[in-house]
Amino acid sequence: MAEAKAAALAPGARNPLGRGVVYAVLAVFAVFYLAPLVVVVLNSVRTAQDIGATSVIGWPRELAFDNFSRAWGSYCIAQTCAGIAPYMWNSFLLVVPATIISTLLGALNGYSVALWRFRGDNWVFGLVTLGVFLPEQMKLIPWVLVLRELGLTNSISGLVLIHVVQGISFTTLFCRNYYVAIPAELLKAARIDGAGYFRIFWRIVLPLSPPILIVTVIWQFTHIWNEFLYGVTFTSGPQQPVTAALIALSVSVSEAPQYGVQSAAVLLAALPTLLVYLFGGKYFLRGLTAGAVK
Amino acid sequence: MSALVIRGVRKRFGAQEVLKGIDIAAESGEFIVLVGPSGCGKSTLLNIVAGLEQPDAGDVEIAGRVVTRVPPKDRDIAMVFQSYALYPTMTVRQNITFGMECRGVPKRQQAEALARTARLLQIEALLERKPAQLSGGQRQRVAMGRALVRDPLLFLFDEPLSNLDAKLRVEMRMEIKQLHRRIGATMVYVTHDQIEAMTMATRIAVMHQGAVQQFADPDTVYNRPANLFVARFMGAPPMNTVAARLVGGERPVAVIGAGRPDEIRLTLPAEGGPPPGWRNREVVLGIRPEAIAEAGRRFGAEEGSFSTLEAPVEMTEPTGAETIVMMRLGGEPVLGRVAPDVRPVVGGAARFAVDTRRICLFDPATEQLIA
Amino acid sequence: MPAGTAAVAGVPPLARPAPARWRGWLGRLAPHLVLWPPLLVSVLHVVSFTAYTTWISFTPSTLLPEYDWVGVQNYVSVLNSRNWKIAYSNLVIYGCGFVLLTTALGLLLAVLIDQRIRAENLFRTIFLYPMAVSFVVTGTVWAWLLNPGIGIQHLVRGFGWAGFRFDWLVDREMAIYTIVIAGAWQASGFAMALFLAGIRSVDADLYRAAQIDGAGPWRIYRRVVLPCIGPIFIAVLVILLQFAIKTFDLVRALTGGGPGLATQLPTLVVYDLMFQRGLLGRGAAAAVMLLLSLLVVLLPYFAYARWRKRREARHG
Repeated sequence: MAEAKAAALAPGARNPLGRGVVYAVLAVFAVFYLAPLVVVVLNSVRTAQDIGATSVIGWPRELAFDNFSRAWGSYCIAQTCAGIAPYMWNSFLLVVPATIISTLLGALNGYSVALWRFRGDNWVFGLVTLGVFLPEQMKLIPWVLVLRELGLTNSISGLVLIHVVQGISFTTLFCRNYYVAIPAELLKAARIDGAGYFRIFWRIVLPLSPPILIVTVIWQFTHIWNEFLYGVTFTSGPQQPVTAALIALSVSVSEAPQYGVQSAAVLLAALPTLLVYLFGGKYFLRGLTAGAVK
Repeated sequence: MSALVIRGVRKRFGAQEVLKGIDIAAESGEFIVLVGPSGCGKSTLLNIVAGLEQPDAGDVEIAGRVVTRVPPKDRDIAMVFQSYALYPTMTVRQNITFGMECRGVPKRQQAEALARTARLLQIEALLERKPAQLSGGQRQRVAMGRALVRDPLLFLFDEPLSNLDAKLRVEMRMEIKQLHRRIGATMVYVTHDQIEAMTMATRIAVMHQGAVQQFADPDTVYNRPANLFVARFMGAPPMNTVAARLVGGERPVAVIGAGRPDEIRLTLPAEGGPPPGWRNREVVLGIRPEAIAEAGRRFGAEEGSFSTLEAPVEMTEPTGAETIVMMRLGGEPVLGRVAPDVRPVVGGAARFAVDTRRICLFDPATEQLIA
Repeated sequence: MPAGTAAVAGVPPLARPAPARWRGWLGRLAPHLVLWPPLLVSVLHVVSFTAYTTWISFTPSTLLPEYDWVGVQNYVSVLNSRNWKIAYSNLVIYGCGFVLLTTALGLLLAVLIDQRIRAENLFRTIFLYPMAVSFVVTGTVWAWLLNPGIGIQHLVRGFGWAGFRFDWLVDREMAIYTIVIAGAWQASGFAMALFLAGIRSVDADLYRAAQIDGAGPWRIYRRVVLPCIGPIFIAVLVILLQFAIKTFDLVRALTGGGPGLATQLPTLVVYDLMFQRGLLGRGAAAAVMLLLSLLVVLLPYFAYARWRKRREARHG
């Protein structure tokens, strides 16, 4: 079907000029979208003098790979001179547990809401998804208090807690919308076979779930890694995740610009999500659409 | 002891009452078919029997035990679904043994039961496949296997053949019937297809608007429909129903189109006729198309139990096995079935024989069968 | 009961009820113990946090929460502050610019990609990757590119065009548009993906019918395809508007709200009031107003989505 349609539509099929125009426009846009990435990649191997002499846009005269080692291990951010390595490590410590826990709870929630109908389930689901739209600013003050009560102020564990609770809204939404499509008869058959809540989840629903679990994990990973407001609000100094540290880093730019090292740092900080995107692009897109449209 | 008793079951969804007090009792080894148009409540009733839904009132009893509040897994039932509901991530083997696994049946026993069922259904070669790798008919067999393997008190079928193509449907219909004869289990079968009901059932419950219209063996349902709904629902083409007037002295006579020049008078058989109070009253006369045939047909009966009449022919439909004739009796359109080689001229008149023993009379007000 | 159902008269009387078993009861309880805590946490945190912040917005809280009632005083002072007025008018400019530019770019890219081009996946990957990158990264890099001293302006002048000017980043009038550009750069690939999915879901027979009617490609898009994906347009607009209202990281990294207040947005004001100036009550009031702006966008959309669903259910 798609083939027939595309064939019908391709305007330049008999008109090479039209076809050329399409590619030309696409190429121009591709350059526009790639430019910032290319600039960062090039700068990450340029020396400070090189950049200072020309601009941040330019071809490296000599390759300065030590930008990466400095950015990783010795560059000074705020008062500490340990590069972004500790902050990257913070981010991993935050992202991995928060992603796993919120995904599991979301799958269980989604399963309960979608397949284990109970009175008021639609209300519960509606309120859970409201969490997706609620602006983060509405939750800042309560979180300050909750973290203080739990003794988790300025800690990665506190951020894990926040992202798990916040994340459940998304993961429940994703999983519920996926599980709703599981035929009701399958569940009936399982109940007649004698399977209960847990066995149905474990033996029937979970084996069907890999597609949505991949979407959810990728979404949560990207989302939490890139999150900034909570990181900068609830942590400071050496406890910060890498996005918050990057801002501190760009503040120190004004004193003595080190664009080469900074580019390397920015690139390293962006690398995990970029890799996830390159290898799981299809699932990433599915998560984006599911998270946005619903 | 009854294998299944449904007693006064009621169910409403919101404002809509989908079951208005259902009473059905099935003897052990019976094949009960619940048949009716979509939305008549038959699937809801089956779900209630299975325990997948709770009735608002009434009770369900399986093999002498009230199970109304018992969860499905403890009712000792098996069910075959319209979509087959095979677990997509499990192999055929796992699909069939899952129910035993849930009940903690020892592995050896599982393997024996599996082997027996697979042999019975001839699916031994499919055991390691996933449902997606099976054809429609094969999926159907596996779904049956999942039900058969457990040897339950009661088998429930929810329109299991409606996803198959016409040819396969006929094959599977016969197969299920043979299976029923071989294992002798009690089965409850839901369908909207009245042919399936007629061919498979020991007794049919015809449902409409949340109520059982008639619960009887197929012959009775077909020949003596309890009301006009059943008369018009069962049979293809359905029973002819025309307005008539009852007259006559010793033997009742039904007049169709009374007072018209082409009025038809049919003398009814002496026994089994309407109660005397119905003389000189309007009725609805019902007659199956096959009880109207070409003149000369004797319907295997003696003289006097059939009449001959002449009627204008409006259309003919030769189907190969027979010819369906649309005619007018006293101005009312009526279908008849004549022998395939008989081709009455459309627009002309032809003579037909009517088997008057098979005439049913209904009360026009209540639509119930009078005689 | 009609004739023929007489057999039912033989329904035997009730048998003894099934015995209750405590193990079955426990088995039924266990799922609830697992089902409810995470659901309750996710529901309660939304409800209670919203309620708490709303409450704080009516108190004189400064550095610490206090629980006296001051009515709408915080709202009045926030609404009257120059900071909020500028932030809000910035949001209007930025919101309109961002939504229009992103939608236009997304639609254009979607139509181009729909032309059965080679390397479709490559182009899609290129256009969408900014969504996978942190706004902080985006903001930092665009800040360099747009910085007149080291970025595009410097480069072009280096080519010999000494009079070239591209200093929006430090221009109070134009700075807000740099946010629009960076935002559109980041989100237009996403709009493209949504539009493309919509275009691809249009029934192929419609294209054939339109072609037989003699419509050219341009007319097919304008008169057949785009009207069909009307609902997607609305969804994209709402999603983007929601993005715009919630924008925080991007501005923080790109301009920090400056120069002056030129790129200040309500989200930054909330943060500033709460954690820089220690005015929790006013910050909460600003946050509630932010939520209200969001509801103004979302509630009509939800109502519309519901209405459409109902209509489809009725016609389906």
